[in-house]
Amino acid sequence: MKADTRPVEIYWILGGLLAAISLASLVGYALGRRKLDNPAIENLNARIRSWWFLILAGGGALLAGRLAIILLFAFVSFLTLREFVTQVPVRRADHSALFICFFLALPVQYVLIGIGWYGPFSIWIPVYCFLALAIAAALFSDTERFLERAAAVHWGLMLCVYCVSHIPALLTLRIPGYESREPLLIVFVVLIAQVSDIMQYVWGKAFGRHRVAPGLSPSKTVEGLSGGVLSATMLGVLMWRITPFTPWQAGTMAFLIAVLGFLGGLVMSAIKRSRGIKDWSQLIEGHGGMLDRMDSLCFSAPVFFHLTRYFFSRT
Amino acid sequence: MMARFIEWLMIACVRLLSGAQARWPASGPATGQCIIVANHSSHLDSLLLFSGLPARQRQRTRPVAAAEYWTAGPIRRYLIHRVFRGVLLERDCGQLNPLEPLASALRGGDSLVLFPEGTRGPGGVLQPLRPGIFHLARCFPDIDIVPAWIDNSYRVLPKGFTIPVPLRCSIAFGTPLRWKEGQAQPEFLAEVRRKLEALQP
Repeated sequence: MKADTRPVEIYWILGGLLAAISLASLVGYALGRRKLDNPAIENLNARIRSWWFLILAGGGALLAGRLAIILLFAFVSFLTLREFVTQVPVRRADHSALFICFFLALPVQYVLIGIGWYGPFSIWIPVYCFLALAIAAALFSDTERFLERAAAVHWGLMLCVYCVSHIPALLTLRIPGYESREPLLIVFVVLIAQVSDIMQYVWGKAFGRHRVAPGLSPSKTVEGLSGGVLSATMLGVLMWRITPFTPWQAGTMAFLIAVLGFLGGLVMSAIKRSRGIKDWSQLIEGHGGMLDRMDSLCFSAPVFFHLTRYFFSRT
Repeated sequence: MMARFIEWLMIACVRLLSGAQARWPASGPATGQCIIVANHSSHLDSLLLFSGLPARQRQRTRPVAAAEYWTAGPIRRYLIHRVFRGVLLERDCGQLNPLEPLASALRGGDSLVLFPEGTRGPGGVLQPLRPGIFHLARCFPDIDIVPAWIDNSYRVLPKGFTIPVPLRCSIAFGTPLRWKEGQAQPEFLAEVRRKLEALQP
């Protein structure tokens, strides 16, 4: 029988997450039992139910191994890109460009991660697909709002496929003394980004007074931002043992992930607001769409990947 | 067996492409025999509606399809007869009563999916309704007519393209209506149209 090559910490973290979500379910159940008909509690319970699903899907992929992780994020890219192009003003003439995005750009990007070929992975979408999509759109000679439509397709592909693909690409890094523990880097960046989101929400609800960007999002406050970033940074320091970093480095990385995640959320709010929508879809009960859950990671994952690669990896 | 597998596979693909979720009115999904009338803007519309029906209802529901399109070529013939169990309608023919195949399907206890615009439109707007649905409703006043609005399918597979792309769609079913004694054709068609447009998001 093949030896278990999974880092043992994965079991601890998954166990901890399952314990935390069970506790959250119990608290939510107790709050719901008081029959206050409070929509905030309804939404909280819907969010907790969805978290069960997300944790089980992510945990299952982590246990199943490298291929399952890559396929899971390929599917996440598919779902987020589908949400994105549904909400942006693409027209009939963009059909071939969309076809390229879904059936060529996306699969090739994840195959490149699967075979660990760094060079093409980093230029396939920003160079080749960037040019090909504009050409595909131009060949239809529909000039109505051409730049806006082309930009929308490019943005969708960059955000939902290129940026998201940097999460599973962490598996391709070769860090001395950290062999076969690369899945823990995914756990680190995803957990920090999600905890930062949750804690920004909690701190904002509890102490939020001053809005960061009143024109963009009423729920993003200075208090929520500082509390969330501080909590995420502390969690990063506490998690240093599962990373190739020292405690200081882990804290700095977590700080960057949280700040970039916040700024990413602001950018995505601006896009949603300009399209007149609140959520990308209603795919995940209580959360909105998959892209609403991924927007902070879209911005933090590529930077985390490149910092880790530049300073720690041999590839 | 093969045909049922192909049907399952096609519905699974359409679900993956469109992520479509069906919305039924508070009274719940249609249970008895019915005629589903929907807007039409894509070849995927029948499949989308089928994917929104409860499995038991789906087995008794047959799409109404244009004969001249679906009898051209062996693959189309196989799909329409064996996979979709469609009811073929001769458009613009000299036949005495073109609705007879539909009426006999209804008499046999099947439900129908009918696109009263008669052909695919550009999407987003409802074209003028053909009178066929009025004649059926008058001949079968005890059968529910269920309006349904399919949103966004014209962007998944627009007219003139052969390969669909993934985009989210939604299907909204409305409360059933019936022909009321003495209701004239324009009045009835206007009511169907109103019901359909009320479902548009």
